[in-house]
Amino acid sequence: MANQKVKLFSLSFFRGVVFQVLGTLAGMGLVMLIRLLMGLPAWKAEPVWVGGAFVGVFAFLIGAGAFSDWAKMAFGEDVPEHIETDPNQPGWAKYFHISYDHKIIGIQYGVTSIVLLALAGTFALIFRTELAAAGLQVVELDMFNTLIGLHGMVMIASILLGVGAMSNYLVPLLIGASDMAFPRLNAFAYWINVPGALLVVSSLFLGGFDTGWTGYPPLSARAPLGMQMFFMGVYFIGFSSILGSLNIIVTTLRMRAKGMGFMRMPIFVWAAVSTALISLTATQLIGLSFQMVMFQRLFGMGFFDPAKGGNVILFQHLFWFYSHPAVYVFILPGLGIISELLPVFVRKPLFGYKWIAMSSLGIALVGFFVWAHHMFTSGMAEYLRVPFMYSTMLVAVPTGVKFFSWVGTMWRGKMTFETPMLFTLGAVSIFLLGGLTGPPNATVATDLHLHDTYWIVGHFHATMFGGFIFPFFAALYYWFPKITGKMYNEKLGKWHFWLMFPAFYVQSLGQMRVGLLGMRRRIADYDPALNFDFSHLLITIAGFVIAIAVTIFIINVIQSLKKGEVAPNNPWNSRSPEFFLPSPAPEHNYADHPFEVVGEPYDYGLADAPFVKFDAAPETAAD
Amino acid sequence: MSTNTSDIRSSYAYKTGTNRLGLWLFLLSDAFVFAGLLVSRFYLLGNTRPHLEQTLGLIVTVLLLVSSFFMNRAETAIAHGDQKTFLNGTLITLILGVVFLVGVVGVEWQLAPFSASDGAHGAVFYMMTGMHAFHVLTGVIFLAIVYRNGRKGLYSAEKHWQVEAAAVYWHFIDVVWIFFYPALYLIGTVAG
Repeated sequence: MANQKVKLFSLSFFRGVVFQVLGTLAGMGLVMLIRLLMGLPAWKAEPVWVGGAFVGVFAFLIGAGAFSDWAKMAFGEDVPEHIETDPNQPGWAKYFHISYDHKIIGIQYGVTSIVLLALAGTFALIFRTELAAAGLQVVELDMFNTLIGLHGMVMIASILLGVGAMSNYLVPLLIGASDMAFPRLNAFAYWINVPGALLVVSSLFLGGFDTGWTGYPPLSARAPLGMQMFFMGVYFIGFSSILGSLNIIVTTLRMRAKGMGFMRMPIFVWAAVSTALISLTATQLIGLSFQMVMFQRLFGMGFFDPAKGGNVILFQHLFWFYSHPAVYVFILPGLGIISELLPVFVRKPLFGYKWIAMSSLGIALVGFFVWAHHMFTSGMAEYLRVPFMYSTMLVAVPTGVKFFSWVGTMWRGKMTFETPMLFTLGAVSIFLLGGLTGPPNATVATDLHLHDTYWIVGHFHATMFGGFIFPFFAALYYWFPKITGKMYNEKLGKWHFWLMFPAFYVQSLGQMRVGLLGMRRRIADYDPALNFDFSHLLITIAGFVIAIAVTIFIINVIQSLKKGEVAPNNPWNSRSPEFFLPSPAPEHNYADHPFEVVGEPYDYGLADAPFVKFDAAPETAAD
Repeated sequence: MSTNTSDIRSSYAYKTGTNRLGLWLFLLSDAFVFAGLLVSRFYLLGNTRPHLEQTLGLIVTVLLLVSSFFMNRAETAIAHGDQKTFLNGTLITLILGVVFLVGVVGVEWQLAPFSASDGAHGAVFYMMTGMHAFHVLTGVIFLAIVYRNGRKGLYSAEKHWQVEAAAVYWHFIDVVWIFFYPALYLIGTVAG
């Protein structure tokens, strides 16, 4: 096996990157040709680069082969249902290839997510080092601005990919489907992220941008060229969200196992569907707002230019109509993971299944009506403030339902504290911090003071760590045996948790503290007379500790893949159907083991109350 | 029992149902783009509208609405196995779509007394018609593929999902224009 050679260029990934470079050059040439034909000087950096980048993305997708099957289908040719894995290739090669298997796509999402997480984390470490002491030591001001913007947006991309990883890998397995409803669309939705992410990062080398991740005009209308690359990269990553969500909804509605009514779906599926409803629709609005700024820069269209009768507030409305619901896209799957994992490690039924299911949907729906709470200080019409304050407060109701259920589930349970459970409990605790620091921002009177301070940064990081990062790690540890067939190292897992958890509290509370004392966000320097140097130093140190913790996780994954213990089918004694399959999960899921749902999903601790019944029992059954 | 389920699920009818759901969700998503543009139009221009060629606007609107009739006729025809009416209807729809594009992009864009960079009216007008025209263009390409496959005899009364998809997409584009036309041509007083 060891002497197998893989030709690099045969891998979709490398072919795509080469095509993207060539396509970008070709696109640049094309724009220059058009400019010459129009009688303009051939070279003008902005249109030439934007045209090139646009063509480059499609070149990547063509090179990677994302369109091949669709082209065949359009002309009535038959295409295979699956691409079978080539047995003559080493195991890792299939992850660099186009695959229609939702599990491979899920892993592709997950690995890309962690790569981007590490990248965006590195950006944060650089500017946190700058902020560790007053004065300017490490980076130039422009670089600082670019780094904070990229930290934000690359993290968002990482989180969206992480959400994609969980939804893609888990939803078909949890509902007993053999794959997603649209496997090709699924592959396309993953692969479009790669050129998109390359574009976002390329902004670093094309002059950067100084707006932060929100890209507000008028500043973004005159920021350096990097702004355009940032906008276009995000635009394409948005396609991934839209198409991936469409797939999740259709899969859930059409491919559930026999007997699985809506109220018997594993609770994560409810979270995934609620998430998908948001990103299916709202994502279009951030795409539109970014497109409008791009056109303003390229063609002088005056949407956000007051001198031409435009209005910058319009951008904020369109932008936040996505970007607020987007935070529910980030957290809802995580909250679903918490509800999914708690009963397993508490050995008790999930408290209030229906309420939890409806609360996910409730958060998603209420989330559409709260966006303007980001704009209390923007100069929008004042009468809008109070209605948006109340609608925002309303989010606390379904969120409270979730907390109530988690506490009710844990109440007098027989808890065990393996790594996934630690991360789940950590998530509950941190999300509580994030949740409780929300209402002061939603209240108009206090928000007028808190807006754009480091307090907001602290609050936001608490919601993201509690709602995504910790549950994501919980999910990775929990399903690691099912994904890889190996057990992870429990000791390293505990190190990961016990470094990250306290470090996170120091970081987040520290951010809130300096914010309340007057630290503005997105500013590279501060006055030593404000007397919070030491807090800043602590935040920076905590940031580095988190980085170490994540490094331990990565080491754990690599080590366990190489020489971890072989995992049993059901290491957690779970009732969920995927744990009755062999580890790692077989290529066509339940094709050989169809099952029927005969009971409730979370009746842990009840004798003779199975959730699923297999037609032909797999070799080992859990008790 | 479950083999039964899997038989049903691998049938053309079940797969078409799944595809149908996917298409409608896609259109729901796409509708948010157009809704965002409409919101932008009223936010920026309020009770005013750009100065446009009324007769031309009416003509292209009528052409697009008539094209939807022929699209429907084509789809109904193939559902009844009538290849000839189906092909003719598709071709007429396609031609009307191209004429619509020429009317908007080729004529109206040239006649308009303002350019894209001349203030909010220009920006909104070119963005809205441009985004719609882009969708019409993709619809025309879609129809061309359907027409080509239809001539090869790839569709039957039982299996014609591509035709249905093209038809639904075409109607969607049509419905969008029903909102865009009054927003650009009829509502408010002329300014700019």
